[in-house]
This record gives sequence, structure tokens and C-alpha cells, in this order.
Amino acid sequence: MVYLDHAATTDLRPEAREAWLAAADVTGNPSSLHRAGRGARRLLEEARERAAAALAVSPSDLIFTSGGTESDNIAVTGTRAGRARRNHAAGAIALPRTEHKAVLEPAESGGSVVWLDVDGDGEVDLDHLARVLRTEPDIALVCLMAVNNETGTVQPVRAAGELCRAAGVPLHTDAVQALGAVPLDLDPVTSAAFSAHKVGGPSGVGLLLASAGAGIDPLVRGGGHESGLRAGTPDVAGAVAAAVAVELAVAETAARHVAFAELRERLVLGLRDLPGIDPVVNSPTAAVPGIVNVGFPGCEADALMMLLDAAEVAVSTGSACTVGIPRPSHVLSAMGRSPAEARAALRFSFGRSTTAADVDAALAVLPDAVARARRAGRLSAAVAP
Amino acid sequence: MKVLAAVSGGVDSAVAMARAASAGHDVTAVHMALSPDPAPARDGARGCCTISDAHDARRAADRIGVPFYIWDLAEAFRRTVVADFVAEYRAGRTPNPCIRCNQHIKFAALLDRADALGFDAVATGHYARVEHTDGRATLHRGGDAAKDQSYVLAVLGEQRLRRALFPLGASTKDEVRREAEAWGLAVARKPDSHDICFIPDGDTAGFLRDRLGERPGPIVDAATGAEIGQHSGTFGFTVGQRRGLGLSRPSATGRPRYVLAIEPVSGAVLVGDSDDLLVTDVSAADAVWCGPLPAVGDRLALQVRAHGAAVPCRVAAVTAGSFTVALAGELRGVAAGQSAVLYDGDRVVGQATIS
Repeated sequence: MVYLDHAATTDLRPEAREAWLAAADVTGNPSSLHRAGRGARRLLEEARERAAAALAVSPSDLIFTSGGTESDNIAVTGTRAGRARRNHAAGAIALPRTEHKAVLEPAESGGSVVWLDVDGDGEVDLDHLARVLRTEPDIALVCLMAVNNETGTVQPVRAAGELCRAAGVPLHTDAVQALGAVPLDLDPVTSAAFSAHKVGGPSGVGLLLASAGAGIDPLVRGGGHESGLRAGTPDVAGAVAAAVAVELAVAETAARHVAFAELRERLVLGLRDLPGIDPVVNSPTAAVPGIVNVGFPGCEADALMMLLDAAEVAVSTGSACTVGIPRPSHVLSAMGRSPAEARAALRFSFGRSTTAADVDAALAVLPDAVARARRAGRLSAAVAP
Repeated sequence: MKVLAAVSGGVDSAVAMARAASAGHDVTAVHMALSPDPAPARDGARGCCTISDAHDARRAADRIGVPFYIWDLAEAFRRTVVADFVAEYRAGRTPNPCIRCNQHIKFAALLDRADALGFDAVATGHYARVEHTDGRATLHRGGDAAKDQSYVLAVLGEQRLRRALFPLGASTKDEVRREAEAWGLAVARKPDSHDICFIPDGDTAGFLRDRLGERPGPIVDAATGAEIGQHSGTFGFTVGQRRGLGLSRPSATGRPRYVLAIEPVSGAVLVGDSDDLLVTDVSAADAVWCGPLPAVGDRLALQVRAHGAAVPCRVAAVTAGSFTVALAGELRGVAAGQSAVLYDGDRVVGQATIS
């Protein structure tokens, strides 16, 4: 199996696995006051400190959650709830349509939103953001995904953060795909979401950076764990494993960038060399190199993905969808691509284990798969009236 | 063969998939997403349009060990099946959406896509048999007379039949359920769906009323021409219907009244005696043949409903695109838009739409 879907999830790091298993054998609830509890508490707090040191943030601003999605939900819904409680007005959330569903859905379901313009690369229009901050009277939160999960687009989080800070508006960033892919610059944000399994930790563990002054209300209440932001007995072993993975991911960021850039070039040049493929690279050149979104004109990506799967090459048609019903990517649509272009896009994403041979294997099976998927694409363009 | 198994989430298509796989075919399972906005289920909805059906289909594929995908055919389904269903009722005809789906979705959009992607055949859980002899494919009634679905498959025609596999063709429903149990399929005891899949609550009249609005019109006694009542929309009626006419006055003869015809332009529903429903000959157009054309004078049998009996008939006229048969047996209540299927014994000769 050639696995080129590391943005969905990636291999568990052996170091994280070892730390996870060792911590799983420690009995003790970190909230208990006895020796066993203290032992668990110590593991949890050491994990928090390690992760915080790697992210260059204060441990007191970092809480463990069940994943990136929960972290985003706490930041979006919790900020709105906290503001509504204090100001008796929830305010609007300003964000681009290219955000992850974990941000979009809580933003849209909980109140009003203001859409921020993006360009053809999916990059936010800072002038528009400045205008929104100036003219919209009641912006509760701005959300800006540091690195897009479908295209790898890098957002100007620092510049946006400066605008937000000047306007006195908090800024949340979904940094799930940024972690380990770009040097993190968390100083300009008020909150940030991370996920352990995207960087070699276990699934079901995430982190939320939320400064004490962010004014976020908890979604889950019942014991005041995790600085009162997330009740429930913490997953100590998961936190320990996550901290190890985060630490390694941050340390390896620069090396990974170089390796992925080579793989990306091999893939893109290889695709361009294949006769009759005519690939359209949807990822901007400034995107992180580990995520390469490519359109195959005339193909339906779900058919293409199925054919590649049969040839033991795992890629994705965008973000993995829970029901599995293929729909045109909302990210590419927001970037101005037509429904047909959005339906023709595949995402290749690299991880620690990816080799040049993996890329070559994908290139070897693509011509036949593309030819078949094009035949299928022509059919669905002309269904009986 | 590389076989694409269409799995709905029900027991029949799951066992068909299992049989195709155990017969040694290289099977891939595909669930067609036909609803533009699939109900998150758990609300008791049944049919092939819920997320729980997709889940059941996926679990059956997991169990058998075949790869599983969902194909989004919602837009094609909406355009070719649902919109047509509403338009046909608007025109006073009685469509069969399952036939339309077989013709345009399952054995067209799906089959053609499968073909383009490199599959040799599409397998479904229909109860009908295909016999391949000398490079020709013929369609026959299924082994379980109570479940036989050859009527709704006749529209495939010979070309498409060649690439269709019906692994349940010779089986009974009981056998299929027992086999599902033996495979350990969770859908073994899942109830059959009887409703139109895109009307999961079964309220067809309500579905049509929402889309066509109230369209009041007269109920007319066909014998006298007198208006004897009012109705709120012709879509609530089917030729041959007796119940639900809402007529207070009894007929002159005291015999029950039946819907004889629906006039789409005036919106009139004509009612009369059950003997007025008797038909002596049937003409049908848009014919699809599942083998050589019959000859005038051939003695065949005609079936006009999915679960109706076939009536002996004689071919009175036939062209590549139509046929007329003279009935040798009794048939009541034939409506324009219904599918007429000719049988020679248990073999399907062809199909056309009653005009």
C-alpha cells in the first residue's frame, strides 16, 4: 500500500507509542489528592509543559481535548458564549469560507457570520479583513486557519493578528495542519487548535491554546478540569503521547519541509511529464509542500480515488467525510473553482514515511486511472434527461 | 470478472454481493447516494436514502471483505426519477419510479460508469434470472414467484442485460435471509422496504400535493357526464381505484364506483362501474426488447403491474418501438404511463409504456 494521505492521519511515532503505553499502565486520576492521583497529575502536567515548551506558549494556556475538532469548537462556540454572557450580545464571527468544517459549522450554527474574501489561492484578503474590523460594529472573533487541510494554503496569521489586536478582536487559528509543517507563530493569536494524530500521536487527543484573557466559556461542564475549560477526567496517557509527538514534530519542521518540497516537485513534475494528464495544481506555490491538491480535468475525483485504491495507492478527494458521500470541495469552491473543477481534485499528502518510490508508484498507476475516470466523467456530464 | 455490486443497505443486495464474491468474482461494492440531503436516520425512515442504509451497506461489505464506496447520484436521480414522477402525475399518468430508476440510474448511470471504470458487470439483489446462451442474454422470472422482479427489469433490454448479474435469481427470500444469517450480515432481519424510497413516510399523495399544490377538479360519472363530486387533485387517484373517492351518493345501480380515467387538462376524474374498466386490447409505445421481436399472432402473456398476474394475449401489431396485443383473459384498470411487459412462459419478451 502506497499511503499518500498523511493529512488525514499519519503513522504513530514509535516514541509516542512507547510513552503512551507506559503511561497507560499508571493507575491514578489526576484530580485525586492521594499518591496515585499525584503521580497521574505529574504525568499530565509534565506533558502539558513539554507541549507548551515545543509550541513556545505558557503551559497555563494549554489544555488537552479530544482532538482538533473539539479544540475548534471550544474556541468558536466558547468565545461566542463567553461574550454573550458578558456583553449580552454574541456578535458575529468573521472567517473565510475555506475554513475547516470544525470551525465553519460551529460558527454558522451558533449565530451570525461575516465572510472574509479569499483570492484564487485561498489566501485571505487582509484589506477586506481590515475593512470588516473597521466597519462591522460587533465582531466577536476572527477565525483563520494557519494551513488549509485541502490545499496547504498558508494564511497570513501574523498580519491578521496585528489587525485583530489593534481592533481588540480575538483571533482563533486552526493550526492542525500547520503543526510540524511551518514554524508556528502563535504570538498574534488568542486561541489555536492542534491535533495529536496528524503529527504521529494517537487519535482522540488534541490541544487548545487559549489564553486566560480569551474569555472562552466551556462547552462541557462538570468538574472544572483543564483550567475550567473542559470538564472530565483527562486522558493522561493520550496527553503524554501527544506531547512527545508535538515535541518531535516541531523539532523536525525544517527538515520535513525540505524533504516534502522534494517529493512535491517529483510529483508535480512527474504528473506534467505524463502524456494526456494535463494536471492543474490547485495548491499555491507558497503552500506547505506536504499537501498537494491537483485537479485532473474531465475526471471525477471519487472515481479516480477508487481506481487508485484498487491499485493500492491511497489518496483523498479532500477532507475525509464521515458519511463518505462525495461532494465538491467547499474549499476549492470558495477559491473560485467551478463545481466540475472542484469535483476533479485529488489531494496527495506526505508524511514521515513517504519516499520518492511512493510518489513514483502513484505516477505509474495514474495514466490508466485517469483515462478510465475521464470516460466515467464524460458519462455523468450527460445523464439521460 | 470485475463486478460492481450495487448495495442499498438491504438484505437482498448484501447477499447478492456475497454470492458474487464467493463465486470468485473481483467484487467492489457501491452504494448510490440518491437523496440530495440524506436523513441522518435514527428517525425510523426506511428506503435507500438514509445514512443508516449507507452504514448498513458498508458494514455488509466489510463483513464480506470487499471494498466499499458511495457514489453520489443524487442529482441524476432527482432529474430523471423524482422530477419525472411528479411530472407524470401532473399529466394524469401513473408512473413507476422503480422502473425509471432501473432504466436511467441503476442500469444506465451506474452501469455505464462501472463500464467506463473497467468493470465487466453490475450485480444487484433483484429476483430475476438472466440466461446467457450463444452470446445472447435473456431475462426470466425469478425462482420465488412472490418476489419475482422481472417486470421492473424488462426495461433493461438485451444490451444491458448482458452486463447484469442477478445472483439471487433462482432463490427465495427465505433462503436469502438464512444465507445472510450464515454470512453474519447484520441486515439479515432488516425488514423489506415497500415504500417509494424518496417518499420514506409512504404518503405519496402528500408528497405530490406539496409539489403540485391543490388542484381541485370534478369527479364525473362517465355514463351520464354528470358531476357527482369534487376532488383536491388528480394525483390522489389511479385508474382502477375504488377507495377514497369521497362520494356520498351511491351509483344508480348501487354498485361500487371505480376510477376509469383521469383527464389532465380539465382535471376531471371519471368514475364508473367496474365492468367499464375491462380492457380488450392494450397498445404500448417506447418498446424495449429483451430478445427477438415477437410476430403478429404469437400467443404471449401481458403483465401491467409489478405484482399483478400475467394475462394471456395475442400479438395484434408490433414494430421495433411499439406493440398492440389483444387480450384473451380479463384485465381491469389499465392506466397510461404503466409499464406493459410481454412474457413467453417465464421469459421476458419486451416492455413498453401503455399509451
